[in-house]
Amino acid sequence: MFWQTVLGIWMAAVIGASFLLVPPTQGLGELGRIVIYHVPAAWVAVLAYLMAMANSVAYLRKGDLRLDRQAQVNAELGTVFCLLATVTGAIWSKAAWGWYWNWDPRQTSIFVLLMIYGAYFVLRSAIPDTDRRARLSAVYAILAFLTVPFLVFIVPRVYATLHPDLVLIAREGRQLDMDVPMLLVFLASVAGFTGLYFWLYKVQTGLENLLHKQALKRGEEL
Amino acid sequence: MVQASVAVNDLTKAYRYRRLFSGLSFVVEHNTVFAVLGSNGAGKTTLLRIICDLVPPTSGRVEITTDGRQFDAAERRAILGLVSPDLELYGELTALENLEFFAGVRGLAFSREKARELLEYVGLKGRGHDFVFTYSSGMKQRLKYAYALYHEPRILILDEPTSNLDSRGVALVEEVIRRQRERGIVIMATNEQREVSYADRTLSLA
Amino acid sequence: MRTGRFLWLKRSSAVLQKDLRVEFRTRYAYSTLMMFAVTVLVTVSFSVGGMMLESDIAAALLWIILFFSAMAGLSRTFVQEEESGTVVALKLAADPEPVYLGKLLFNIVLLFSLAVPVVPLFLVMLNLSVAMPFSFVQVVFLGCLGLSGASTILAAIVAKAAAKGALLTVLAFPVLLPLLIGAINATRSTLAGVPAEVLRPDLSLLLFYNGVAVTASLLLFEYVWNE
Repeated sequence: MFWQTVLGIWMAAVIGASFLLVPPTQGLGELGRIVIYHVPAAWVAVLAYLMAMANSVAYLRKGDLRLDRQAQVNAELGTVFCLLATVTGAIWSKAAWGWYWNWDPRQTSIFVLLMIYGAYFVLRSAIPDTDRRARLSAVYAILAFLTVPFLVFIVPRVYATLHPDLVLIAREGRQLDMDVPMLLVFLASVAGFTGLYFWLYKVQTGLENLLHKQALKRGEEL
Repeated sequence: MVQASVAVNDLTKAYRYRRLFSGLSFVVEHNTVFAVLGSNGAGKTTLLRIICDLVPPTSGRVEITTDGRQFDAAERRAILGLVSPDLELYGELTALENLEFFAGVRGLAFSREKARELLEYVGLKGRGHDFVFTYSSGMKQRLKYAYALYHEPRILILDEPTSNLDSRGVALVEEVIRRQRERGIVIMATNEQREVSYADRTLSLA
Repeated sequence: MRTGRFLWLKRSSAVLQKDLRVEFRTRYAYSTLMMFAVTVLVTVSFSVGGMMLESDIAAALLWIILFFSAMAGLSRTFVQEEESGTVVALKLAADPEPVYLGKLLFNIVLLFSLAVPVVPLFLVMLNLSVAMPFSFVQVVFLGCLGLSGASTILAAIVAKAAAKGALLTVLAFPVLLPLLIGAINATRSTLAGVPAEVLRPDLSLLLFYNGVAVTASLLLFEYVWNE
């Protein structure tokens, strides 16, 4: 209970600070605030997807169904945060560039991630047997993930990007400058989102494990 | 003489949370006909499929050894033969083409002469060039014996060995089991009194 | 008799031969593929009418036709084994790798024999001229290779699922997207005509994608095939 309270207060403080402490950014104006939510959401999506991938590989090596449930939870959380990042990104895109969607390389890659995990969930729902589902969906997750680096190479060859880079990975002319208070709020938000992810992950895996145990019990009663 | 044995060790299988059997252990030695009995749904077929490595057990293991040497999955395929109702052969190929194909994927040289003899042995003389989809279910069952015996397996696994067979077919199965007993092991799942009587040992699944 | 380096090749070709033989007798997968491709092609040609298409639109249309046709037919080889119950007989006799390689080769043959009549027909019906014919053939070749290379293992996954319908298309799209974007981009270049250096990165991407897809499939196929 203690950590949930801390997390709640922390996130509330981040939200407040994003409106009160963060100044309008140069070039992007008031819109720049969205970076406080958009980037951490995207970061958590990538983190969760990487975890799902690691779980899938581990499942194929060890065959422990708990790992499969973890992969599923991570894929679900990744998708939720990925949707948040996509929506916040689209809103910002509309305000800054005048359209919600224009197949910017970043939009393309996030869209492909959503497609991959959309297909992943469809595949899972199409296989009733637990072992088989775990195995086949792990193979699919690995295969799909392997193709992502190709996109990173090919997409910019076809479409030019307008996406602003963060200061940390900035290139000439397109960086998003952050002053000290903004950077602090931003980092606090990243920490908050990450904490939120771990908390959701714990709750969800706990729930899935309980459901599994219950089903096992019911099976034994049969 | 190569001695084969099948050791089943603390085997448990559950399907979607329902336990079929648990803690199953037994050893089948060389020159043994072993029959698995049990009512419908007791898990006879599943047990045979686990021995054939077609289905993974929930826990426990099956060790197949010849001359004290354990086998990996690829070598296991070379010494196992299976006849089962849920195994089908290619209907679009003739009987001889089926045998040729399976010899090919096993990496064996195909001998037309040997295949002809085998077809004659299982009672399909003169039907080798017919498409399998034109076969009756009894003829298909006979062809499955040719498929299972072509590579001269040490261990023959039979699920409902005489299903769809006429009285001459039943006699053929008895003959096959007798011959295989000399050569290695027969493990069969059945509830037919007559087939149970061929067995040296039986196991009842509750 | 069971040793030797070419044994792998021999076993794979046994699988390929068997599939070709069955396919030659039923012509099920091929006629599905072919009819699908022709239907889409005619629809496209009909709706475009007499318009002269830009090379980028034409390139995209060509790969849309090839992608959806491939999805209609490439899962057949595994689904058939599963549905007719021959999968048990095959699994008991064959190692996973020769099965994968045999089926992959079969799918490649199938897709090539589709592309050979359909691609020229596409060019004729849409009244397109190709600025770099040799490179164009190369791109189509590599693209079809990639379509089969990545879809074969997915077809094996689909064959094990309860609902098979459109599953292959859903699963394959994100996996094939880099290949499709790359192939469309390269096809556009060959239709319009560009210096050879501009095309080279696209060709090497297609080649590299093929390599990764087939290697990963070979490593992962065992997990799909065995249970």
